[in-house]
Amino acid sequence: MFFIQLKDLSKSYGSVKALDGLNLKVPKGTLYGLLGPNGAGKSTALRIICTLLNPDSGQVHVAGHNALIEQKQTRAKLGYVAQEVAIDKILTGRELLQLQGDLYHLNKNYKNKRIDELILRLGMNDWIDRRCGSFSGGMKRRLDLASGLLHEPELLILDEPTVGLDIESRSVIWELLKELRNSQTTILLSSHYLEEVDELADEMAIIDNGKVIANGTPDDLKKQLGGDRVTLRVREFSDELEAESVKKLIKNIHGVSNVVVNKKQGYSLNFLVRSNEIISNLSDYLSKENFEVFALSHSRPSLDDVYLQATGKTLMDAELELAGKRDFKLENKQSMR
Amino acid sequence: MTISNSSIQQGKKTRNKLNEIMQETFALTWRLFIQLIRRPSTLFAGILQPLIWLLLFAALFSKAPIEFLPGNSSYGEFLGAGLIVFTAFSGALNAGLPVMFDREFGFLNRLLVAPLGSRSSIVISSVIYITTISLLQSLAIMATSALLGYGWPSFGGFLVIVITLLLLVFAVTALSLGLAFVLPGHIELIAIIFIANLPVLFGSTALAPISFMPGWLGWIASINPLTFAIEPIRMSYKNSFDLKSVLIHAPYGEVDGYSCLAILFILTVGLFFLIRPLLNRKLA
Repeated sequence: MFFIQLKDLSKSYGSVKALDGLNLKVPKGTLYGLLGPNGAGKSTALRIICTLLNPDSGQVHVAGHNALIEQKQTRAKLGYVAQEVAIDKILTGRELLQLQGDLYHLNKNYKNKRIDELILRLGMNDWIDRRCGSFSGGMKRRLDLASGLLHEPELLILDEPTVGLDIESRSVIWELLKELRNSQTTILLSSHYLEEVDELADEMAIIDNGKVIANGTPDDLKKQLGGDRVTLRVREFSDELEAESVKKLIKNIHGVSNVVVNKKQGYSLNFLVRSNEIISNLSDYLSKENFEVFALSHSRPSLDDVYLQATGKTLMDAELELAGKRDFKLENKQSMR
Repeated sequence: MTISNSSIQQGKKTRNKLNEIMQETFALTWRLFIQLIRRPSTLFAGILQPLIWLLLFAALFSKAPIEFLPGNSSYGEFLGAGLIVFTAFSGALNAGLPVMFDREFGFLNRLLVAPLGSRSSIVISSVIYITTISLLQSLAIMATSALLGYGWPSFGGFLVIVITLLLLVFAVTALSLGLAFVLPGHIELIAIIFIANLPVLFGSTALAPISFMPGWLGWIASINPLTFAIEPIRMSYKNSFDLKSVLIHAPYGEVDGYSCLAILFILTVGLFFLIRPLLNRKLA
């Protein structure tokens, strides 16, 4: 049984299709990452799961509830940390948490106990009794995370949790998320930071144009690319002839694919290997043919490679492409109730 | 700290629904009052404006022949009731502003994601807050007006004043909250508040009796809800007050005190019913 199940979810804003038949299954107790450029539909999907938005069509099941019908039960199960941190500037951090506790109907003792725990855990003690208006982005985000966790939700939903944050706040948030993952909390986070998803997510989905175009564990997705990337040089500056003959040799090795000669990097050779064994035997193999290994580097494929493979463009390019198309004023209006 | 994830056990949460609604409504109301205490300028501005009116207008017309005004009162006495109502009216007209800002800044989403016992809590807390403020402001005007020698109502009169103000404040608050959910932003809401404020005052019997007005303005004043609040209050300041007596000599007929209150009551209930579907849709 999946903790979150989205089926054929569609949502349009006027002529813009934010979600176009999105399917997603999130197992209980996992930290699930949604990766995609800004404007791919991640926030819309999260807002639908949180009951803030109704889809045009499709089904939403969250924590055993039909989220489109049993909205209150769904809300009680989840904590939501929005992308735009909405904080009352006049209240102090502690007052905001107390308000949050009352909105979730926690009793006084339990509420205060939880607030103290979270202040300690998120390192907010020095400033929690100051007014929120004076907080930095990182402080606001930590406070918002604390308010999302106050009622110990079974599901925590975070929309771009570390966008634009200072390093300290980011690491505090990452540590807490890892800790929560180790308990039984299911976490769904969206991000357009590759490293964030790579570092945190047990499982992930790549969202593009309102659809899931690839999903699995980050490792599996990388493995599906066909192996590690290797860059080889037999001399500091080879010539084309030498590179081509090495290419022929390497191509014949079982488990090597996509061999290319990179002219711009002094005729180095780039290829994919399926196992590390190939790399350790490479030197012996080449010396038999009178070639030496001058330099050899090997790297795991990154999620950027995965993204590139799935969409035909890098995440950065996709981001730039979408950035021009977005109408922030309209989006802001749409998120207003 | 370990964050346990067991579902919330007994003893952690409020149990029955009524308690839930009370807890969230109290918390939301308290938030508005914290804002007021830390940013009291709106409260004071709301008192100061009618006070200046009271001083200047009473001075401006202090030589107006006394026999022209109903009940042979001085202009200051006459004006007092109008300004009490005006204070409550403009206070309530602002009711939608905090809600509008919550919409614009996304704070409303924080409330909507929470498993509220009832989303009416959001509206109820605004109504409680605005009602308290409007009554406080009106009381301040009454007190000043008493200090200026324009009198103080009897206990019964005071009760009528409070009831009248409550009805008016509820009605206008409903209207303002409705606007706060319909209009696209606070600029538009403030524009409407600006436009509505003074014409509604001038088109009522706050500053002059209907007998002073040209026919068309008399018509407007005698269907203006403010008039139905002003006249019972004006009467409550008199020693011999009687709700059965005719308070408004309108072009369409005579209206007594009970009718004034009944009209305000119907207006209030009507407006709440009118905005209900809207709130249900926006807060669904």
